[in-house]
Amino acid sequence: MKRVGEVQSSNYLLAKFQNLVDWAVNSSRANSLWPMPFGTACCAIEFMATAASRYDFARFGMERQAFSPRQADVLICAGRLPFKLAPVIRRIYDQMPQPKWVISMGACASTGGVFDNYAMVQGIDTIVPVDVYVPGCPPRPEGLLYGILLLHKKIKGESLFDAVRRRDEQPLDEKGLRLSPETIDEISEPFGNSVHQFRSS
Amino acid sequence: MTGLPPIPGALRTAVARDGETVVYVARERLLEAMRWLKDTPGQQFNYLVDVTAVEYRDRERPLEVVYFLRSLERRADIRIKVELNPAEELVVDSVYSLWRGADWLEREVFDMFGITFRGHPDLRRILMWETYAEGYPLRKSFPLRGRFSRAEQVRQALNANPEAHYSMEELSIAEAGGDLPDDMRDRLRRGERGVIPEPPNP
Repeated sequence: MKRVGEVQSSNYLLAKFQNLVDWAVNSSRANSLWPMPFGTACCAIEFMATAASRYDFARFGMERQAFSPRQADVLICAGRLPFKLAPVIRRIYDQMPQPKWVISMGACASTGGVFDNYAMVQGIDTIVPVDVYVPGCPPRPEGLLYGILLLHKKIKGESLFDAVRRRDEQPLDEKGLRLSPETIDEISEPFGNSVHQFRSS
Repeated sequence: MTGLPPIPGALRTAVARDGETVVYVARERLLEAMRWLKDTPGQQFNYLVDVTAVEYRDRERPLEVVYFLRSLERRADIRIKVELNPAEELVVDSVYSLWRGADWLEREVFDMFGITFRGHPDLRRILMWETYAEGYPLRKSFPLRGRFSRAEQVRQALNANPEAHYSMEELSIAEAGGDLPDDMRDRLRRGERGVIPEPPNP
């Protein structure tokens, strides 16, 4: 006969302890994200506005912008990514220490945007895993801040102990790709106005 | 043929919409014509503004290589065009020997149109990476999204090694120390822009 308030099992204590550790670790991570800006286009201007005094993402612990991937937590790709830069952003991502997150800022970084042509990567998620997509062309600073807060939420839901919610390294496969070729072709398909064009056009 | 300017190899002239004179020059005599335009007193077109090319939608029309020249002293502009038959080999003489600035301009035309400039010292792709295998993007026969599938494009891009195509001289000035102009070396020596790096030991 168990008394009210008695500990049910040792698993209960362990789970409590793990939750406590996760809470401490995730709060620390989420509240001092060091961004690595990868600004290639007009989105970078909005990114700078977000960093400047009016919007000031230092309020969310992003005080220090790391212009070296070795001291960064979150890669913010602000702007379109040509194929020529694809190996560069992949290497920057690989150089960042675990745990690391990626924010894809703007329409071009997320989908290729209006640049549905031979030179442009159709979404940086074909190159690196993306955590938060911020829509907009370019997104306003409020949009980027909202994306950052969403990333905070996501980080706070992670766990060191739960294999499903753990953050693991995502290396390239033996073909040098992140996703299967079929998946890349699928997510790179034309959309919007460009569906009226054909590959031969 | 009255009304033709005394440019060697001039075939005909036209007036562009903005009022500028366009002179069509025979392909074989391009270098001669350019040298004449640059060196003749009264012409002195000493500044090469741009080199570009045009391919028209009409397949019958030839490709054109366009040179924008400006005379800084006379404040006059002229456009020189050379017509290339797309059915033949796309070759034209390089004007690098007259204007060093033609270096990257001609590389860009080569990269985008596949036009070869005879006599260019370093004719490589400049906008696309050097192993780019899909062709010449600004040609009318080039599909908008490229020839390969997106997956293949991503694979080739990710497997490209950017460092492999730049020499150390291009990546750092360490070994270029001896080639720097004297005034720059002086400034470096005085410490205004740092110090001259020692060349690395071979």
